[in-house]
Amino acid sequence: MIKKVFKKSTLIASITALSMATFGNSALAVDLTVYTAVEAEDLARYAETFNKDHPDINIKWVRDSTGIVTAKLLAEKNNPQADVIWGLAGTSLLLMKSEGMLEPYAPKGVKKLDRKFVDQSAVPSWTGMDAWVAAVCYNTVEAAKHNLEPPKAWSDLLKPMYKGHLIMPNPNSSGTGFLDVSSWLQMFGKKQGGWDYMDRLHKNIARYTHSGSKPCKLAAAGEIPIGISFAFRGARSKAKGAPIDIIVPAEGVGWEMEASGIIAGTDNLEAAKTLMDWSISRTAMEMYNTAYAVVGMPGVAKPVKYFPPTLLKKMITNDFEWAANNRKTILAEWLKRYDSKSDAK
Amino acid sequence: MADETTDNSGSKVYLQIDNLTKKFGNFVALDSVSLEVYEGEFVCFLGPSGCGKTTLLRAIAGLDIQTSGTVRQADVDISALPPSERDFGIVFQSYALFPNLTAERNIAFGLENQKLEKSAVAKRVTELLELVGLPDQGPKYPAQLSGGQQQRIALARALATSPGLLLLDEPLSALDAKVRGHLRHEMKALQRRLGVTTVMVTHDQEEALTMADRIVVMDQGVIEQVGTPTNIYREPDTLFVADFIGAMNQIEGHVNGDNSVSVGELSFTSRNHGLAREAPVVAAIRPEDIVPQGMGDYSSSDSNVENSLEVEVEDMEFLGSFWRVSLNNSALGGAALMADMSINAIRSLEVNIGSTIRVKLPADRLWIFPPSASA
Amino acid sequence: MSESATAAAGAAALIKPKTSKDDRIMVGFILVICLYLLITLAFPLYAMLSKSFSTYAFDLTNFEFQVNTGDGWSETFSAAAQNDKVKKFKPEDLVTSSDGRLAPTELFPDFSFRSPTLYKLRQVRGDTSYLFKTDRVDDTDWHEYSSNDFRRIVLRASADTGLDNFRTYFSTPALFRSIENSLFISILSTIITVSLAFGFAYAINRSTMRFKGLFKLIAMIPILVPSLLPGIALVYLFGNQGMIKGMLMGESIYGPIGIVIGSVFFTFPHALIIITTALAISDGRLYEAATALRASRWRTFWTVTIPGARYGLISAAFVVFNLVITDFGLPKVIGGQYNMLAVDIYKQVIGQQNFEMGAVVSVVLLIPALMAFGIDRYVQKKQVAQLSARSVPYVPKPHKPFDRICLGYCSLIAIFIVGLIAVCQYAALIKFWPYNLSLSLDNYNFKVMDGGGWDSYTNSIQLGLFTALAGTIIVFIGAYMVEKTNGFFATRSAFQFLAMMPMAIPGMVLGLAYIFFFNNPDNPLNPIYGTLAILVICSVTHFYTVSHLTAVTALKQMDREFESVAASLKQPFHKLLSKVTVPVCLPSILDISIYLFVNAMTTVSAVIFLYSPDTTLASVAVLNMDDAGDVAPAAAMGMMIFYTNVAARLIHQFVSRKLVRRTQAWRGT
Repeated sequence: MIKKVFKKSTLIASITALSMATFGNSALAVDLTVYTAVEAEDLARYAETFNKDHPDINIKWVRDSTGIVTAKLLAEKNNPQADVIWGLAGTSLLLMKSEGMLEPYAPKGVKKLDRKFVDQSAVPSWTGMDAWVAAVCYNTVEAAKHNLEPPKAWSDLLKPMYKGHLIMPNPNSSGTGFLDVSSWLQMFGKKQGGWDYMDRLHKNIARYTHSGSKPCKLAAAGEIPIGISFAFRGARSKAKGAPIDIIVPAEGVGWEMEASGIIAGTDNLEAAKTLMDWSISRTAMEMYNTAYAVVGMPGVAKPVKYFPPTLLKKMITNDFEWAANNRKTILAEWLKRYDSKSDAK
Repeated sequence: MADETTDNSGSKVYLQIDNLTKKFGNFVALDSVSLEVYEGEFVCFLGPSGCGKTTLLRAIAGLDIQTSGTVRQADVDISALPPSERDFGIVFQSYALFPNLTAERNIAFGLENQKLEKSAVAKRVTELLELVGLPDQGPKYPAQLSGGQQQRIALARALATSPGLLLLDEPLSALDAKVRGHLRHEMKALQRRLGVTTVMVTHDQEEALTMADRIVVMDQGVIEQVGTPTNIYREPDTLFVADFIGAMNQIEGHVNGDNSVSVGELSFTSRNHGLAREAPVVAAIRPEDIVPQGMGDYSSSDSNVENSLEVEVEDMEFLGSFWRVSLNNSALGGAALMADMSINAIRSLEVNIGSTIRVKLPADRLWIFPPSASA
Repeated sequence: MSESATAAAGAAALIKPKTSKDDRIMVGFILVICLYLLITLAFPLYAMLSKSFSTYAFDLTNFEFQVNTGDGWSETFSAAAQNDKVKKFKPEDLVTSSDGRLAPTELFPDFSFRSPTLYKLRQVRGDTSYLFKTDRVDDTDWHEYSSNDFRRIVLRASADTGLDNFRTYFSTPALFRSIENSLFISILSTIITVSLAFGFAYAINRSTMRFKGLFKLIAMIPILVPSLLPGIALVYLFGNQGMIKGMLMGESIYGPIGIVIGSVFFTFPHALIIITTALAISDGRLYEAATALRASRWRTFWTVTIPGARYGLISAAFVVFNLVITDFGLPKVIGGQYNMLAVDIYKQVIGQQNFEMGAVVSVVLLIPALMAFGIDRYVQKKQVAQLSARSVPYVPKPHKPFDRICLGYCSLIAIFIVGLIAVCQYAALIKFWPYNLSLSLDNYNFKVMDGGGWDSYTNSIQLGLFTALAGTIIVFIGAYMVEKTNGFFATRSAFQFLAMMPMAIPGMVLGLAYIFFFNNPDNPLNPIYGTLAILVICSVTHFYTVSHLTAVTALKQMDREFESVAASLKQPFHKLLSKVTVPVCLPSILDISIYLFVNAMTTVSAVIFLYSPDTTLASVAVLNMDDAGDVAPAAAMGMMIFYTNVAARLIHQFVSRKLVRRTQAWRGT
């Protein structure tokens, strides 16, 4: 009898132990829902590197293009599903901030970041990771067919020889498109000069794409000789063997950062803070650097293959606050000028 | 009205219908219909299409419940009950056999879920297949059976649960004439054997006359007459019944006296009718009731016999077992009379087209009706 | 007679029929499915409609200033009063979107950020906000700012309701011109598709040419692929690097030409099915009469064929019109700068996060779609009447030259369809078009692309299976209840109406409506947002009508008295349903499930707003990969969808044949 009871209790004990072992891990680990627009091919690497330092935090990625992630976050404004944003356009984070959706937090080591990469409020609501920089993808093979000369500056693109050979993203649907437009306005004149430039450029544009990376991919595929896109995309395509050059226009180039922030109201604030701390760590910066030539922490970046070396110097002083505050007006003006059938012809 | 052949006074009323009215919107399909059906009786609802017979049947089944009025079955008020809570089996014109089930499984359909052993169900199915005379057709699908066989399977299915009431909705009208005649007889025999109270809807008078114990003649939502087949045929209450069942000569005339009618220039003694003098009426007599002089009870050669007249034979039509003869007398106001005469009579009286003969319209077979509303 | 009836009925108590348990259960089912359609269709649409009326405007009365130019603080004055004084903004200038921003410095004409003037700002009520630098301020306290700080303040808009969104829409040419574009493209595509499909159907029905079976099979291919796949093929054919771009003679494929060609491709089978049916039911005796009267072929065509098929043609036209005007994938891929309504919805919502304007465009898109739907329903009713007439099928006689023309014509169409698909497959296998033409499977490595990788493919299959399973059950039960229940007329007609609705609702509109309805924290159904469940529900609802009609048609062919017989035998309806109705209707049930599966695999428009990272879909991946410029992988994924659907069709055929053999043995003799 006693033996039986004993046997029974050991059985129960071992079942308990077993179930503890099976479920123990997940019970301790925290699931963190992270919204991101980081390129699909980089995501797994990011999570892996992060988990080397923090195996107890399990990242559940929610990835999509910048526009969709932003729309999703705004749609969920009153019922946030995300814990953290890691790798979304700075402009979008500004928008989230204006909606009061971000939890202010100064991650450990925030002082080591370039000032441009940190929200300037007393307690920052977001911190930057890296920057993607506008550039022109130039298909040498196709250009030769059309006897084109490589452009050196934005102003070169106005030359009649490029007519119909240019393609750029539509700022109304692409963050890259908006950064191009806002940089031209900042460089050539917010009230008049920028628009004059775009009026003339518009005459050479074959069409506007919905996505920011598409112009470069189209240029890489020879579909069109010149695509206004961003350097990172160009480097990737070049690595795949596309006959393209990445041109950094002389006047300077617009840029946008990838940034991170904590969603206000998250249930996993501690884990979120841990991720934010790590996201601006040196390890993380080195990780970003494998793809991005410009990262938030000065002195970390090593040259990235296929990236033009002049890129860093050509980055303009981008006024994100101005861009965010005037985004609606700029887009409406752009729409009025270029996005209708009769004008497109 | 005396019932000549069946006296139901000793039988129990099984189905009692009182003041049944059914309306579809503004259309009155049944207008305050009352009827009693006795236990074990075979009753036919007969009438032209749209007369309300099917509506009445569906009300009895609970498939289309009446607007007002009551239905009592075996002394229980079932007026408002859904079909599933009533006690009847039904056979439709289409048979509604389940096409994907074999004949056996169709019959067994109602026996399942009834706490019956499988073997008991099988036994009952075999029994029913034998009952309807199709012992070998069990494993076949409906599509593999002839129309008559399908009809019998449908009947077996309706009888499977031994319902107190069997409802038949034009069960034979989809069959060809020969099969129909055969099945009429079989069904009637089966019904008599089982003694199940049966209500059948039909528009075919022959079917009603041969099968029914009593016929309910309906028109425009009301019952015109209820009676045995002979009663309905021989003693029609209304012009509609007289006209609808069998052939009937109809001649317009006027009331002459209590049992007298004038037609054209002639005057006839008729059955009592109780209609006002000078009222326009229709005098009616069945072709087989017209007796030619020298036949049957009209052997007298006297030309002054009551209701006799001289007629010219205009046309003759041979209908197999008798001749239908078209007779004319200008004094009738242009109306022709149809008379059925036996082959024997034609031969012995030497009737030919163009010959003149004398016929008698027996007073007790001459009906006087008020003209129908629609005429 | 009626008088006496009234009197009798008045005297007698009216009978109140008792409902049986079955009736109550069946009505319960109808109500449940009604509720399902209300929740998955009516409520979301209502949410969307109200969103289109939700506006944003700057409420200047809520902002108050005090100014100190060095001689003490001024009186408190509102921004509205200041605006009246300087006459800066007209009322329409104050209408904006949710992200509207207004700099208060605009209200002070002599403002300079270098001046020593101080400003104080407060909000009267706490329901507005403004931004200082990038920080949000939504309290009602006074805040003091230097001139240099004051220029970095922007006021935010507050929510309101009204028609302003529609006013904005119709005063923005770039937006409302899409209506014209959409109508133009839809009408043009409709004319071309219906003409081509009519020729094809005519050749199949009226000639004795060879390969009819093969042609019919090929003509159905476009149903199996997402509507944007032809767009990709067209880029490879006629794009700047296109194989045969010379054929366009310098015109760009990106724009109306591409949309129309692609639309013709993907709507062709839909038109063909309807027109073939219309031609097949025409009466052979009319042709015999025409031949007897020695009417020429040409005359017969115009006096017999066309009038006989007219309802089919009209119906096909409206179906095609509706498909084109509501399609989103194709104009997105190949439309270039040519704006269309469905793409506008996407651009407003995804590109600008302007949900309100997205809702407005949705409402605009709903109008032509609803109209086309209404006319089509009207015409279809007439066609049914024609169908029920007894007619003798037409049997074509050989006629060599005519047969040869038909064969040539059908071959051209077949080459067009097979060609576009073949180009996609070729594109998917090319390493780097046009510079490295070696073949490889690199483009199938979806993991490194946008769109969710192979997961999206398995997700799509899951979605297809669940949609087919749940949809078939819901649709069939709904159709059964509405067809076979007695009484409860109002409930049943309400249900019929709801069941017909989805056909008129463009997928984009449905998807957007789902966001508004399900992504609301107050909605108890909120948890299904972002799951596979919402995609299944959305797909079932989106494709409800055709499935419902298929089920109803099958059920109508069942003897109406089965239910009466079962009731008289005291058998519950579910026994009849499982033992008789379902087995007899099995072929139609399988048709419904394959229809749902194939559509769930190919649909983009309904799910584009609803998928989540865990539930990315293959069809959406095609779109997103193309969007990101990964055109070859997009083609590769599109072809995966195609092959999956072909496989599903084959399995469907095999299973139906097997099941039919088992359950439909009775049909044999």
